[in-house]
Amino acid sequence: MHPAMNPLLVVQDLYVHRPGAEVLRGVNLTVYPAEVHVLLGLNGSGKSSLAYTLMGCAGYRPAQGRILFDGEDITALSVSERAQRGITLAWQEPARFEGLRTGDYIALGMKEPTLARVEAALRAVALAPAVYLGRPVDSTLSGGERKRIELAAVYAMRPRLAILDEPDSGIDVLGVEEIAILIRQMAAEGTAVLLITHRDEMADAADRASLMCGGTIVKTGNPDEVRAYFAQRCRPHEETLGAQPWEPVNGDTYKEVVTRGVCE
Amino acid sequence: MKTRAAPITPVSLLTRRDPAWARDFEAILKAYEAAGGKVSAFQSDQIASAVISANRVLFVNEIPGVHIEAEETPTGIRAHIRVDPGTRVNYPVHLCFGMIPREGIQEILPVFDIGEGAEVGFLAHCTFPNAVNLQHIMDATVRVGPGATMRYTEAHYHGPYGGVQVLPTSHVVVEEGGRFENEFNLTHGRVGRMDIRMEVDVGARGVAELTVKAYGMGDDHIRAEETIRLNGPEARGLTKTRIAVRDRAVGEVYTTTEGNAPGARGHMDCTEIVRDQAVARNTPVVIVRNDQARVTHEAAIGSVSRKELETLMARGLSEDEAVDIIIRGMLA
Repeated sequence: MHPAMNPLLVVQDLYVHRPGAEVLRGVNLTVYPAEVHVLLGLNGSGKSSLAYTLMGCAGYRPAQGRILFDGEDITALSVSERAQRGITLAWQEPARFEGLRTGDYIALGMKEPTLARVEAALRAVALAPAVYLGRPVDSTLSGGERKRIELAAVYAMRPRLAILDEPDSGIDVLGVEEIAILIRQMAAEGTAVLLITHRDEMADAADRASLMCGGTIVKTGNPDEVRAYFAQRCRPHEETLGAQPWEPVNGDTYKEVVTRGVCE
Repeated sequence: MKTRAAPITPVSLLTRRDPAWARDFEAILKAYEAAGGKVSAFQSDQIASAVISANRVLFVNEIPGVHIEAEETPTGIRAHIRVDPGTRVNYPVHLCFGMIPREGIQEILPVFDIGEGAEVGFLAHCTFPNAVNLQHIMDATVRVGPGATMRYTEAHYHGPYGGVQVLPTSHVVVEEGGRFENEFNLTHGRVGRMDIRMEVDVGARGVAELTVKAYGMGDDHIRAEETIRLNGPEARGLTKTRIAVRDRAVGEVYTTTEGNAPGARGHMDCTEIVRDQAVARNTPVVIVRNDQARVTHEAAIGSVSRKELETLMARGLSEDEAVDIIIRGMLA
């Protein structure tokens, strides 16, 4: 698997504590340049926590482990410093900005912003530039519109690693297909994409996949294989275990559950 | 002295008037540009306008239906601005108030009378680029006639020293079906001390919308006190306040809305961003005297949202750059 390439992102034995919970428990993950790596997992499995930790967000400082980006240890770097090295994040619930116009918002992360590139980014997420360029990125946008604009901003930035946290949530069925196309387009243009989702069909857009459970990665490999594993072993437990699939089951601790093979 | 100037362009005025007048005029227009104004407005005979420097009326341009009478006083001017009933004014009336000296008092006493069914906008720039110890006082009386609309936008520029006291007071009456929109901006340069007081009485089916945007730093002190009385049936009122303070600045917002008639609807919306050792206060007062009226308020005071900040930082901006963009956006 990418034997000739040096990895772009290497996460080693990462632990993160949040008040009242250990949200990451020994995460190991490798992402290669220009690959689409889908990270599957049920709600509450730690996917978003990993995204915030990789971006360096406040409150997600690792208690243990390290993050290497292009060989450099970035574990102690700020959000800005990571972004300046080419990492960015599209939040699951993007922030809204009073008074900031969509065109200006998209241009913020571009090294050499041009109107043509901003418009191209909007078109890439199926939003008409004539309608959206001047609209404020505020509460007048629907959730779906705001998510598309967030993706457009990430795409326009041309990062080396784009972490997309549930880009498909709140988007209609046709929109999900458009997002999958955009993700492939980003990879074709050299951006590695870490695609976080709990919709296993999104694995179709990926080169590789990892499955997260109980705050750790329990399986990495071929997307079809990981997807099948997810569907067969995790999905059936979703209703009964809800957002805490690593909680003790029949007296087993989460570690025992995970070690035995996800939520069996 | 009363001044009733005939329409004439500044360029031709510069060649006709005495050199001292020309120097004053050029200086105040330069400051006007610094405050965000466009000097070209004073070169159009289709745009009603007036230029006031300290207590001197340097320039007045009237257009059909818009009458501007200005009288110089020892410390400022009295002005009577009338818009004839039914007049639709295509371009905002441009007003330039300012002082070039470092110290002094400018007292503006305007009366606005907007006739029935008229529609007019005003774009006022108040500029004090060199102020070190200067008072700008305004005591305005406004009548918006039945079915008339008045939009008044005022932008201030106080230079970098913070030596200005801005003390505007307005008493506004919006008659039946009238509409009054007021926006006050003080977002560039230092504030100094600002104390805005505005009272609006709104008649049946009338509308009042008051917006204040200010950015304080250093030891600036911003105080906004606004009262809307919704006296007529189905009158509507909105106060929108956006204030950012940093360093040791203080922002105080006191808004009152009274729902005094059936169907009256009022809302007060205040957002204040606080950084460093700055302090922000918001005191909304709701008074409802009719069981079919409704008045609401919302306020958000605090630091910049962490999520907004990190979103912009994830695009490569530094924390300071991100904060500045968030504040500028809020005040835009």
